[in-house]
Amino acid sequence: MSETTRPSLLLPRYSAGQRLNHWITAITFLLLTFSGLALFHPSLFWFTQFFGGGTWTRILHPYIGVVMFVSFSLLALQFWRHNLLSRNDVQWLRQIRDVVQNHEERLPEVDRYNAGQKLLFWVMIVTIPTLLITGVVIWRPWFASYFAIDTVRIAALAHAICAFVMISGIIVHIYAALWVKGTIGAMVRGTVTRAWAAKHHPGWYRRVIRGEDH
Amino acid sequence: MALQSLDILRRSATTTPTPQQRQTTEVAKLIDVTKCIGCKACQSACQEWNDLREEIGINEGSYQNPHDLTANSWTLMRFAETEQNGTLEWLIRKDGCMHCADPGCLKACPSPGAIVQYSNGIVDFHEEHCIGCGYCIAGCPFDIPRLSKKDSKVYKCTLCSDRVAVGLEPACIKACPTQALVFGSKEDMIEHANDRITDLKERGFENAGLYDPSGVGGTHVMYVLHHADQPQLYNDLPKDPTISPVVSVWKGIMKPLATAAMALTALAGFFHYVTVGPNEAEGDDEEHSA
Repeated sequence: MSETTRPSLLLPRYSAGQRLNHWITAITFLLLTFSGLALFHPSLFWFTQFFGGGTWTRILHPYIGVVMFVSFSLLALQFWRHNLLSRNDVQWLRQIRDVVQNHEERLPEVDRYNAGQKLLFWVMIVTIPTLLITGVVIWRPWFASYFAIDTVRIAALAHAICAFVMISGIIVHIYAALWVKGTIGAMVRGTVTRAWAAKHHPGWYRRVIRGEDH
Repeated sequence: MALQSLDILRRSATTTPTPQQRQTTEVAKLIDVTKCIGCKACQSACQEWNDLREEIGINEGSYQNPHDLTANSWTLMRFAETEQNGTLEWLIRKDGCMHCADPGCLKACPSPGAIVQYSNGIVDFHEEHCIGCGYCIAGCPFDIPRLSKKDSKVYKCTLCSDRVAVGLEPACIKACPTQALVFGSKEDMIEHANDRITDLKERGFENAGLYDPSGVGGTHVMYVLHHADQPQLYNDLPKDPTISPVVSVWKGIMKPLATAAMALTALAGFFHYVTVGPNEAEGDDEEHSA
């Protein structure tokens, strides 16, 4: 890569379609989180006001859930290959203290995604389909009456556990995007700076510079 | 149904004390199954007082009609045939809400005030606050609440809370021709039941007993059973009903812990930012200005 022929300082990371797909998932996630938490803990019941009251919250939540499942499935189909865990990832996770202390130079080389991002991806792969299945089982008035009461009870608990894991994971995801400067732009404008790529995703950076596949 | 608003012992999805200044006498309905003749006068009286009408159904070879509790039928005579002590026995049980001291429906309900428990023991649904989620159905150990197809609200026996509030007995009690149904203070009803049980034992029903299951803290609808050792004979009346442990975890310990954990995760992020600080790629500025 010669300095003189550099066409652009910014590297493309996400296409417009991928950004759109991500933000549809993100918006439906927020709607689901607020409507779901409203029905989970009484102190958060006032979140139902965002949805037009308790009954509307109950009516809308499952439909939004189906939209998120479809949207997330499209994301997962595009990104799963980049999220396969490697030997470096295990080492990265062992050095989680260096990660949170911003000692990135001590970490093994990261490719397109680091181990934390990959782990989050697989947490979503497990929780989102489970949320869909358990959500259908407790969906009234349409489906819940077709299942045995014990099945409905287990589904309700599993739904709450998966939602808790997913929400906690996404809080970390959102924080990481705010913490690692220059990350938001990847998903808003679709581009990152060379310095960002070289520091946080050196493996990916080298491949992009060489003109290889993203 | 909000007539007794000052006597509320428990209120669904509410974490602060309810208006419970007054303490009213704990009431109970006693259903003496051994005296019931299955006439269904109680079913009719329930529909009449509560202005409900059940759809005309079809005969499936049993006196039981309708076949199950519905949003319109809050009480139902359940008929069972069984052989006990070498003879056929026709067991008829008036099914409906048991008005548990520890109500699973109320524990599961996410809508503040949609389910209340009065200090007299009656558990009541306030349908205007019901959001139709059906969590109460999962919470109930007796399979009682029914979701209406008409309005997606749940309905069940109110123990005629509107009548009891003004000193009347429930409509079903008033209609019973054999005094199989009696109503009064829970204390008096237990005493009355004990007399009946002594009588039944003398007449050969050695397992006669009172059904007031402690697993749900006792109930405000109790049964006198000839076979108290086998409540399941009476159309699967549960032997040791309790709120399902799954529901207890979901609506008990998990609720505050998971909520706190999510809040703390977000807080931990903020504290990380103000202590360790952001992770910036050096050279960003040069690249931009280059």
